[in-house]
Amino acid sequence: MNHDPYYWGRPSDEVYGQYNYNIANAKNVEQHNQNNSNFPKMNTQQPIITGTSVISSKFKNGIIIAADNVGSYGSLMRFNNIERLIKVGSQTIVGISGDISDLQYIQRILDELEIQQEVYDNDGGDFLIAPNVHEYLSRVMYNRRSNMNPLWNSIIVAGFDSEKKPFLRYVDLLGVTYHASTIATGFGSHLAIPLLRNLIPENKDYINVNEEQAKKVIEDSMRVLFYRDARSGEVYSYAVIRLNEETGKIEFEFNKKTKVEDQKWRFAKDIRGYGSTQH
Amino acid sequence: MNQVQTTVASEYSSEINKIPIEHRFNPYSDNGGTVLGIAGKDFAVLAGDTRQSEGYSIQSRYEKKIHNVGDNILMTANGFAADGVELIDQFKQQLKWYKFDNQNQKLKIGSAARYIQHLLYNKRFFPFYVHTLIAGLDDDGKGAIYSYDPVGSYEREQCRAGGAAASLIMPFLDNQVNFKNQMIPGTNENKTIEFLELDEVIKLVRDAFTSAGERHIYVGDGLEILIVTKEGVRTEYYPLKRD
Amino acid sequence: MFRNNYDNDTVTYSPTGRLFQVEYALEAIKQGSAAVGLTSKNHVVLVALKRNAEELGSYQKKIIKIDSHMGVALAGLAPDARVLSNYLKKKAMENKLIFDKQIQTYKAVLSIADKAQENTQGFGSRPYGVGLLIAGYDETGSHLFEFQPSGSVLEYFGAAIGARSQAARTYLERNLEIIQQETEVEKLIVHGLNALRDTLSQDVELTFKNTTVAVVGKDQEFITYDDEDVQQWLDKLDSVSNARNREEETEENTEENTHETNNEDNQDHPTNEDRMETDE
Repeated sequence: MNHDPYYWGRPSDEVYGQYNYNIANAKNVEQHNQNNSNFPKMNTQQPIITGTSVISSKFKNGIIIAADNVGSYGSLMRFNNIERLIKVGSQTIVGISGDISDLQYIQRILDELEIQQEVYDNDGGDFLIAPNVHEYLSRVMYNRRSNMNPLWNSIIVAGFDSEKKPFLRYVDLLGVTYHASTIATGFGSHLAIPLLRNLIPENKDYINVNEEQAKKVIEDSMRVLFYRDARSGEVYSYAVIRLNEETGKIEFEFNKKTKVEDQKWRFAKDIRGYGSTQH
Repeated sequence: MNQVQTTVASEYSSEINKIPIEHRFNPYSDNGGTVLGIAGKDFAVLAGDTRQSEGYSIQSRYEKKIHNVGDNILMTANGFAADGVELIDQFKQQLKWYKFDNQNQKLKIGSAARYIQHLLYNKRFFPFYVHTLIAGLDDDGKGAIYSYDPVGSYEREQCRAGGAAASLIMPFLDNQVNFKNQMIPGTNENKTIEFLELDEVIKLVRDAFTSAGERHIYVGDGLEILIVTKEGVRTEYYPLKRD
Repeated sequence: MFRNNYDNDTVTYSPTGRLFQVEYALEAIKQGSAAVGLTSKNHVVLVALKRNAEELGSYQKKIIKIDSHMGVALAGLAPDARVLSNYLKKKAMENKLIFDKQIQTYKAVLSIADKAQENTQGFGSRPYGVGLLIAGYDETGSHLFEFQPSGSVLEYFGAAIGARSQAARTYLERNLEIIQQETEVEKLIVHGLNALRDTLSQDVELTFKNTTVAVVGKDQEFITYDDEDVQQWLDKLDSVSNARNREEETEENTEENTHETNNEDNQDHPTNEDRMETDE
């Protein structure tokens, strides 16, 4: 008998050879068969291919949201063609950072949601708005975290509420939600938020900011992120959703393959030390 | 390696060698914030700051934390924000059913309090990571505060602070609301408890939060006070320091 | 009673393509007292006649609130209505919880219609014995639906179900255009009560005890008026008894009136119908 406190009662390895999990430990048989691992049943414990920050801001009569197109595998830039802004319904954008496979799963359930709500329930209506999408996603995220099987993402939902006011709200892998006039995920919360809050110091101040101002700060933020976030990319997508106050209609603008402009690298020639050949 | 180990320490060392360390997803986080409830003679207040944080980042400077859940009951669940929202949603949902099942009867604060105990204890082995407070008026029209631990142990109190700066505010409340350690000048007697008026309570709450905001990084941005009287619920908002 | 070989269950069609069990269920609705619903652009009104099993007993509830934007009026088996309305309540709350928006009336009605339809296709099952008028105001405006045990759902500007409801329908049809244009809730309720009044049998009047009124609409949460609260609406009526009865009152002095010619519904049901077990 094996007297090791943890394996107490099992046949000793010296006499009987390695313990055969197929015989006794029925509950974990499947897993032990697969990889002969001692790990318990495992759900996602870390993201694999990841997308970095999503940044967003309200302005007077609309909302702007941006995310680059990189999919990283650790520190490797594995993909540069990942679209992380998802359009849901006619006036909502969901921006996702974090695990890309989970992103694709979320994309699929949002597709199903849209079909269910707008086609089946409404016969081609147009009622699915940002607060509905956010509430639904936050239920999904919180339920997954409660089953200890999270979707490894931070999500920003941007659009309009039922009173046609700009709507911006966040939800992440823990199911934590909040709203603000400027929201950024990941590195963006450190690098972009200071710039964005400089434009919109208080939540209510977004009404004093026009689209051009918001767009400029978003562009600046994307540049700063490209400079300093090693997992960011030069090419990004951004979407603008605005309420045309004359027609009362909501306009949707989705721009892909935008480049980070006005990059300044003159400082680079002055860098000294490490691998630099300059002295 | 030693095959036969007898001491307790060696038992653990063998465990560490042979069992893979379980690196689990942590389903909780701390979103900071602090809340405070005080009961008066014919009113009760529930107050909370409006900041929501995660680590050193301020996520939002205004996220509602004190909820008017209906039937003149105020509720807050401070700590892990997602659990707090879920708990309050569950309670509101059940209150709706209660109304359907009981001819729209008003839910008494004591019944609400007991029910919330069950909501919390139902998740005894995967708790809601929150400090819960509710406020309302009891059958006699007196102010009532009930406070809970994360797994549902609860008690009715005159005042209670919860959340990040609870340990900063609670001693202040003990002294100012329940007159702990206060003597009557010139005598050797303790000051006895008497009810504070609403304006005094508001002043206390504001002082408590401005002071906590000075010392605690998770407190700030705004102070929202909900006041419940027999006339209903009203809200007051005061800005706090945003640093 | 006549014998029918094709009414033992809901899985057997008659040679003429009818499902007798389902049709019997529709009959159960007619045993219940009347409920009337009508819509204008921004409002929906439900009115119904309550009955009590005996003098000392309470009146059966006829209108059930589902959510702040929706409610139902029933005619037929009240326990079935309770089950269905509980299901609707659940659906409404679920929708609010998951999507942060009130369930659309249409979606809610379809959910119980699907439930009812299942009961028309199973061997051991009985179709629901109740008809519902579902009133709701949502993002798509005001709606009035009629639900039937067959699982069919139709939308109406004005509808009536239950005993002698044909009289109410006739009133609604005659006044449809005025009703649709109506902007004041008060007048809409009066029209509803006028229609309900026409369903009364000879010896009954609308009273605050037997009448129930509900309204939902734009900036108006679903609200029901019962007992003393109903009197304010009855006060707005020129009369609380059936138009036919009023005519009779004037004729009474001249001759003994046998008033059996008035309405075919009257003949369908014996006079003791108000005491029937099937009533809600």
